[in-house]
Amino acid sequence: MLYIKCPYCGLRAQKEFSYGGDATVKRPNINEEVSSEDWDNFVYMRKSPRGKHIELWQHIAGCRQWIKVQRDTATHEIFQTAKVTEEIR
Amino acid sequence: MSQPFRLNKEGLINRNKKISFTFNGKKLFGYEGDTIASALIANGIHLVGRSFKYHRPRGFFGAGVEEPNAKLQVEFNGHSEPNVNATEMELVEGLSATSQNCWPSVNFDIGAINNFLKMFFPAGFYYKTFMWPKSFWYKIYEPFIRKAAGLGVASIEKDKERYEHKFEYCDLLVTGSGPSGLASAYAAAKNGAKVILAEDKPRFGGTLLTDDVSIDNLSGKDWAEKIITELKSMPNVTVKNRSQVFGYYDHNMLVMFERVSDHLEKKSKFTPRQRLWYIRAKETILSTGSIERPIVFGNNDTPGIFLSAAAKEYMKVFGVLVGKKPLIFTNNDSAYETALEFKKNNVEPIILDTREEHSSELIDEAKSKGIDIRFSHGVIVANGYKKVKSAKIGKLNKDKNSFEKIETIECDCICVSGFWTPSVHLASQSGNKLKYEEKIDAFIPDKKKQHETSVGAANGSFTLEESLKHGFENGSNLSAKITETKTEITIPNVNEKKYGAHDKFWCMPLPKNENPKRFVDFQNDVSVSDIEIALREGYRSIEHVKRYTTLGMATDQGRTSNLNGLQLVSNIENKIVPEVGHTTFRPPFTPITIGTIVGREVGMEYMPTRKTPMHEWHEKNNAVFVDAGAWKRPRYYKQGNETLFEASKREAKNVRENVGICDVTTLGKIDIKGSDAAEFLNRVYTNAWMKLPVGKARYGLMLREDGIVMDDGTTTRISENHYHMTTTTAQAANVLSHLEYYLQIVWPELNVNVVSTTEQWAGAAIAGPKSRDMLSKLYPDLDVSNDALPFMGYREAEFFGVPSRIFRISFSGELAYEINVKSDHGMFMWEKMMEVGKEFGNQPYGTEALSTLRIEMGHVAGPELDGRTIPSDVSLNGLVSKKKDFIGKNSLGRKAFNVESRQKIVGLIPIDRKSSIPEGSHIVQDQNAKLPNPKLGHVSSSCWSVENNNPFSLAIMKDGKNMIGKKFFAVSPLKNKSIEVEVISSHYVDPEGKRVRS
Ligand SMILES: [Zn+2]
Repeated sequence: MLYIKCPYCGLRAQKEFSYGGDATVKRPNINEEVSSEDWDNFVYMRKSPRGKHIELWQHIAGCRQWIKVQRDTATHEIFQTAKVTEEIR
Repeated sequence: MSQPFRLNKEGLINRNKKISFTFNGKKLFGYEGDTIASALIANGIHLVGRSFKYHRPRGFFGAGVEEPNAKLQVEFNGHSEPNVNATEMELVEGLSATSQNCWPSVNFDIGAINNFLKMFFPAGFYYKTFMWPKSFWYKIYEPFIRKAAGLGVASIEKDKERYEHKFEYCDLLVTGSGPSGLASAYAAAKNGAKVILAEDKPRFGGTLLTDDVSIDNLSGKDWAEKIITELKSMPNVTVKNRSQVFGYYDHNMLVMFERVSDHLEKKSKFTPRQRLWYIRAKETILSTGSIERPIVFGNNDTPGIFLSAAAKEYMKVFGVLVGKKPLIFTNNDSAYETALEFKKNNVEPIILDTREEHSSELIDEAKSKGIDIRFSHGVIVANGYKKVKSAKIGKLNKDKNSFEKIETIECDCICVSGFWTPSVHLASQSGNKLKYEEKIDAFIPDKKKQHETSVGAANGSFTLEESLKHGFENGSNLSAKITETKTEITIPNVNEKKYGAHDKFWCMPLPKNENPKRFVDFQNDVSVSDIEIALREGYRSIEHVKRYTTLGMATDQGRTSNLNGLQLVSNIENKIVPEVGHTTFRPPFTPITIGTIVGREVGMEYMPTRKTPMHEWHEKNNAVFVDAGAWKRPRYYKQGNETLFEASKREAKNVRENVGICDVTTLGKIDIKGSDAAEFLNRVYTNAWMKLPVGKARYGLMLREDGIVMDDGTTTRISENHYHMTTTTAQAANVLSHLEYYLQIVWPELNVNVVSTTEQWAGAAIAGPKSRDMLSKLYPDLDVSNDALPFMGYREAEFFGVPSRIFRISFSGELAYEINVKSDHGMFMWEKMMEVGKEFGNQPYGTEALSTLRIEMGHVAGPELDGRTIPSDVSLNGLVSKKKDFIGKNSLGRKAFNVESRQKIVGLIPIDRKSSIPEGSHIVQDQNAKLPNPKLGHVSSSCWSVENNNPFSLAIMKDGKNMIGKKFFAVSPLKNKSIEVEVISSHYVDPEGKRVRS
């Protein structure tokens, strides 16, 4: 079970969180024209990297904040966590 | 009754307390502190089971977790457990143990004929033999295998025991209380670290209990006791015996299995049987020690053959002799300690040492005590069927591949030692790639992957001095980094015997024309020839050889067989062992009970139970409940001998004719506040929200970004910047997360806050043509006329002195209202409604009637919004705005969503107007068509229409409304039904929706 550092609450067990997918995906702006190719990329296309991956988790059984987690998908090592408004370098 | 193999004084057992038990029906006794194994050996019993494949007689081989043979069916404290390791299970009064894998009895086992038919059981036997012919599998092979093989029998009784889970955090977890573990724990404790020390066995000390050593002038055992006593007195230390750390998971999470009360005769009602510990450790010391490995020789599985350290442990810990005429067969010095221990107890051992004549401290001591030592010797084959009687031994030539002399000598046990294998399971589980250490012919941990540090024998250091030093240093350094305190500790003086080099020898050759079985893996009956066959047949990867031969795949995880197997493969392949590699270690290290994994989450505790504030009333009024997620909802209120069908029909009919009330507390409720709330709702829902006035509700539909309907419900504008959203019971949590996602990540600039208020409000729906009359009685001071409170209107008013919210919304399709009061007032509201509603013929109705009402109205719910439908599939395209953008809008233009033949919602009635259509039925053109019969759609919801008094179903069907008027078959192979149906509109009752507006 992973040990995830919520930027608001501190280190908590994985079972308090739910997974939210790739954090680098950006939704097209509301009310803006978007090509169907761009839209399909946003909805469906995801990289599945082996290694470092910046992803979203939500602290559902805690502060309910969505957070960013940089994790190694092969080893589960977590390098960094951040608020969603912050950048992971 | 005397115990012929019990020593008079030796051992750590309590001779003042006798414990009676039975083995295969025979009454025996042992002492407190005995294991089943030590008690049986004391009684001279060695034959305990039959082997897995050949049903060969098997006895004890080890004295702990390494035991491959002695797995028993054990009944104790009122339950029966299979595959219990007799070398680990402590004796308790009244315990009864029986042999497994033998029929009809361990002494006469019909399966043993396999032993004589062994040409039929080579490696890959199961793969090869039972493949053909196919029809033989069910009738002949499977029943035969099930009867003849298999281990114990799992109980089918409900497990009445209590199991617990515990979460713990510590600075340092030490796994194993041998010398290096004790030293690590002690040093860390002195630095003020929070330490957990776990020992698998009942007694602390590991090899200190059996080795002839002294530390600071104390015996190993006394030193261990001194350290443990001090550790126990420290508030920052938790010391646990009977506790096996069996798994090393991500982020330094280790899991430990504690046998809390299996060894107790009596315990309190609330004492758990076993406990599972989830331990998050900042640092972990792996002081798991090492396991002796055997040397392979002919018939090396005969009862009476032991690992030499196990024989010593039986003497020193249990005061038990494994035999009175021992042969010690070794390639190293450690077995000499066993020989010396025999000698000390007036038993004359003979040592067969594969090494050439040489000297070392131990050899010299054995010589000086007059022990018969034969160098360049080894056991070729053990004689005796159910017990060792003699051994054919041989003098090896210089190359150790043939014999200079062969003779037979009498013996009643053989104690074998092929050197030591570090227990690297936990290190390997942590992700550590192991490395092969030539010096000890075994794998040891390599570079750290997590925060694990292996010390002592687990790290390949086999001397006490090294183990202690390594333990103290690592315990001190690792903890000092955490506590920032460093207490100096003087490493104690050690007195131990120096070992000479071991012989890189692991398998005895066979003389010409002799072919006894030489077992590598005892538990799975894998012999040298099996591995040879696998290699001859082309298996190369060690992982493939393992699966083909089943080497190391038994419950003992190959603790005594893996390295010998690897040596064999490397010899045949002419590769060095590290090139062959090792197989993967996986948790659990030892088998653990299912009960422990489950813990307290059984029965009512399996899931949290959510009850509405009116639950007690429902219970008192014969409600039959149904699970809706974690909620309990009344499905129907049973009157007399009514069936579900009759009751739901009555309840639904009463709503259509008079008025009914339904507990709708479980609906998800989300409070939405903020100056941008309208804009937010406008983006979340498919329909327009900017112009909803205060005091009005609106039905809304929300999509996922891929265009699929996510949820529906009504949202009411309570005040300028305050909305009350409702969701379906099932989607409440997902919708909240969904809203939070958009507010926190996508549109953080919107000034909106959301919070779940599901538990804060109790809700009741009042539905039916007489609901307005009833409402006017509930709110005598309020104008509830259609003009004052129209469809989708909202009011706040006092309900008999209690604040309440009135929503004129309807799920049933009837004129209806929903009243919300604070949860605390829920029961009050409900009882008042029941009282006031009497004169209008009010009756409560449950979810079954609720479903009937919505289905015949064609209102969609979960079965239609099943994660595959878009708004137009379920006739909700009227709610999709063309003017504005919203979540998922761009996906609705996808080609596949817009083809004419797409499956869409329709209604179905049976041609005979009688047969109910099972939900999940497939719709086909021709019920007799050749398979696969093309599926045109499926039945999503079914009910008995109370309005039209015949069955009615909703279905999602190809070509949708174009099919209206046509006939098909709804087939349910599951229920063996095929019903001819006609397609009609999905709005079976009141298609214009006049009633809700009346
Ligand atoms: Zn948090």
